[in-house]
Amino acid sequence: MNLPALVLLIPLVGFLAALAIPRRLPQNSRLWALAVSLATFAQSLILVARFDRGQGGEQLALDLPWIASPDIHFAISVNGVSLWLVLLSTFLTPLCVLISWRSIQSRCKEFYAFLLLLEFGLIGVFLAQDLFLFYVFWEVSLVPMYFLIGIWGHERRIYAAVKFFLYTMAGSVLMLAAIIYLYNRTQTFSYPAILDMLASGRLAFAPGEQMLLFLAFFLAFAIKVPLFPLHTWLPDAHVEAPSAGSIMLASVMLKMGTYGILHFCLPLYPSAARTCAPWIAVLAIIGIVYGALVAMVQPNMKKLVAYSSVSHLGFVVLGIFSFTQMGLDGAVYQMLSHGVSTGALFLLVGLLYERRHSLEIADYGGVATAAPWLSTAFLITTLASIGLPMLNNFVGEFLVLQGSAIANYTWTIYASIGVILSACYMLWLYQRVFYGEAGEQVRAHVPDLRLREWAATVPLIVMMVWMGVYSQSFLPPIGKTTARVLDQTQINVPFRVEARPHDLRSGGAGAFACHSGVGLPACPAPKALSVRAFLPAGQEAYPTPEVSRAR
Amino acid sequence: MPASFANAADLIRLLPEIILTVMGTFLMVLDPILHQRSSRAFGHLSILALAGGIGGSVYAYAHAGPAFGGMLMVDGFATFFRVLVMVVGILTVLPSYRFLRRQDAETSEYHALLLFSIAGQCLMAAANELIIVFIGLEISSIASYVLAGYLREDKRANESSLKYFLLGSFATAFFLYGVALIYGATGSVNLIAVRAAVSGQNAPEPVFLGVAAAMMFVGLGFKVSAAPFQIWAPDVYQGAPTPIAAFLSAGPKAAAFAVFLRIFMTAFEPIGGGWEPLVWISALLSMTIGNFAALLQTNVKRMLAYSSIAHAGYVLVALTARSETGTAAAMFYLAAYALMNIGAFAVVSHLSGRGERYQNIDDFAGLAQKQPLTAAMLSIFLLSLIGVPLTGGFFGKFYIFKAALESRLVWLAVLGLLNSAVAAYYYLRILVMMYMHEPGEAVDALEPLSPGLRAALILPALGTLFLGIFPSWVLDFAGKSATLVK
Repeated sequence: MNLPALVLLIPLVGFLAALAIPRRLPQNSRLWALAVSLATFAQSLILVARFDRGQGGEQLALDLPWIASPDIHFAISVNGVSLWLVLLSTFLTPLCVLISWRSIQSRCKEFYAFLLLLEFGLIGVFLAQDLFLFYVFWEVSLVPMYFLIGIWGHERRIYAAVKFFLYTMAGSVLMLAAIIYLYNRTQTFSYPAILDMLASGRLAFAPGEQMLLFLAFFLAFAIKVPLFPLHTWLPDAHVEAPSAGSIMLASVMLKMGTYGILHFCLPLYPSAARTCAPWIAVLAIIGIVYGALVAMVQPNMKKLVAYSSVSHLGFVVLGIFSFTQMGLDGAVYQMLSHGVSTGALFLLVGLLYERRHSLEIADYGGVATAAPWLSTAFLITTLASIGLPMLNNFVGEFLVLQGSAIANYTWTIYASIGVILSACYMLWLYQRVFYGEAGEQVRAHVPDLRLREWAATVPLIVMMVWMGVYSQSFLPPIGKTTARVLDQTQINVPFRVEARPHDLRSGGAGAFACHSGVGLPACPAPKALSVRAFLPAGQEAYPTPEVSRAR
Repeated sequence: MPASFANAADLIRLLPEIILTVMGTFLMVLDPILHQRSSRAFGHLSILALAGGIGGSVYAYAHAGPAFGGMLMVDGFATFFRVLVMVVGILTVLPSYRFLRRQDAETSEYHALLLFSIAGQCLMAAANELIIVFIGLEISSIASYVLAGYLREDKRANESSLKYFLLGSFATAFFLYGVALIYGATGSVNLIAVRAAVSGQNAPEPVFLGVAAAMMFVGLGFKVSAAPFQIWAPDVYQGAPTPIAAFLSAGPKAAAFAVFLRIFMTAFEPIGGGWEPLVWISALLSMTIGNFAALLQTNVKRMLAYSSIAHAGYVLVALTARSETGTAAAMFYLAAYALMNIGAFAVVSHLSGRGERYQNIDDFAGLAQKQPLTAAMLSIFLLSLIGVPLTGGFFGKFYIFKAALESRLVWLAVLGLLNSAVAAYYYLRILVMMYMHEPGEAVDALEPLSPGLRAALILPALGTLFLGIFPSWVLDFAGKSATLVK
């Protein structure tokens, strides 16, 4: 049986079976969810083991016809980026089950069923290679998250859930329009097939057309990331969601957006992406600084962590739009690091909430004396989040800053402010919550970690150290895949206009070029004419220093 | 022509209508005998007749072809809609058992009228001549005017019925006027002959044709509740008995769209460029008015009425595409829409209680805790109405906008898709109520699901999921049947 399909199938079967568990046996629901999520994790470890790290292409593909007309396939495969994102999802789900063990007491059956459905949707988003299938997973993952926030969230949960749903929905309908448009141009939803057409020059977009399609896709992804100024749903959703919801939302769901940009936007619309890059980079930098500044003044811990996510995700977007090998590698690494460290932050904040029933920083103080191990775990996570060397975030942030420095040094200067600010808000948070005199409430209600909570925390801390110390366990497949993406973005770059305008008569492409009303014909060209042909052998079109490829 | 009138083949092609009419009449005769003893038998007999009618239309499809000298056209298209309206009929009868008993209104005429109305809709689906369209329209409409006011003690039902009757007959008059003009201009009411006359060398005056087409558009636009002829829908749906509101929003609408498609895609296809802008505007208006007005509603039946206006707008988008893909998309969408909408109405009918007291969105509070199955089924219908993947509603919408983009209606498609994002908000309100609030008075008073209601919820839910996951079955048939006989 196909390995990625198995990783996808286990949570789905688990979800369906979870619906059959009687309501009066909540413990069975918990155990079942734990068993299923651990099985999925084990299966994804096998997937990692079988993955061929030597090549950057799509691997372990499965392609089954689903709907005959229009031609829609159940096509999945895994690449060096999605591999780790799938692993991140399957790694975090059992931890979410563990930390919800006590905090979720009402309607357990539905909670764990939705958690498994969410895992299914998220894994599907990262694996899908058929645009229609991708959209299906993209939307399907929305529904369980909506219920997780809306049913088990805090006071303003309904507002947050509806806002979350509508924001994402509004962004994604335009992506649907763009996907249908692509189908009408190419008669296929298969993403590899469309990329082949682009590479061989059988498909080319007029500049204006490409820009609109890019924006339609990008808007959907940017809302999900979220890129400043589309981030306003995020603090609400994070603050109101239950811990497990916050973790999955911050650690995995936001990555749907950045993965989408990397996996779809860049290869499909390279020149539009390059044209927009300066604007997007500026928005990303604003997000980095703005997120950090707003985080600093938050009185609510979850809100603080939520705004810090806006800041961290800004780095990811900046890295992607630097169009350098290092920037892309760093962006992907930052996605994973943020998943682990922000996941841990939400988890620990959730543990504090479970004890003290408050998210207000002012209600805490002196937790370090009451719960030393909890405080230690929080400190390590704080340091990781700040970007201390030898911990995970440092690697990603460093690579992103290095990559953006190659592209535009000014960007790096401004983005670095975010790194400094992150130390300010995180350390200040730590100081206010954990140091000082322990109040009556804190001493009475904040015990140290229990065994189950240890089990949820330790894996995250191990990963922070591992990812910080030995990034080579993860980087090689990422580098291979991002190199391929970079390679694909060389196609159709603007200065290839000297290519001869041919193929215009063939198929819908030509017909459309006339229709779009753009005076200039599209310039499809065989790959041989790409910019590299004019460069000395071995030299990349864009500077990619040796360091980035160091294996 | 009289020589070939009413031979065996013709009768076979009219089989569904014959079965329904005979059973309807039979039910009225049975009334004095069965009324006291077992009034449930009326429901059983109606379902039997409708199942027989579905069988009959499949049998008629095996002998496809024109009947009665070209007045009827039994093809895949007609069969699709005949089966659809009869399935709608069955799904209307199922929740009616409980509903009628609760209102102390179990009679045979309810079922007989329903069967007559469906017979009229079957006739519309197969009509190939404007006069037959008109006759089918009238059979269907007159029965449904009465059904809308069936609870005659209820003031709202009276208002609903009167309003529906007055506006409906006005609209039918418009349609008839259009038919008269066409007859005057082309000398025929047969759609194929009209098409030939319109596209031929001696085509009639364009103004003449335009006025005739516009008149028919008004009449049919009213029947499908497309803007700007949608004003009646919320009042009528709100006042009508809930199962009948469900029926009105699915059955007559599907049949009217069948006629719409057949007339505009055959007879008026040659002058498509002329009517396209009209339908374009109507589609956009329907979607926008329907969705934005639904945002403000507190009564669920009114909200679903506005949502049905919006959905008529989506189908009109498919019509605007003026292609076979568009026709197939409209057919698929109407099937998906009928299932999800009638399922949602069945839940409203279940919840509303005696005298239809509980019809507000707030009354859904906590439904998930009291009856998880009912809430789960309604969630499927609502997610499908929103257009979330793996439901029929999503695939229908996808296919419609695909057809629109194929026909280069980029703006209409984009505005339509944005509209569907707006629509998510009001459907989500019900989900919020069901899952995220504590049970209220209405849910506390809720009776357990009866077998009929259970079937009326589970069957459309399964159908909705089936259409969303394996759309090919229906889609292939729709695609094949979209090539109308011209």
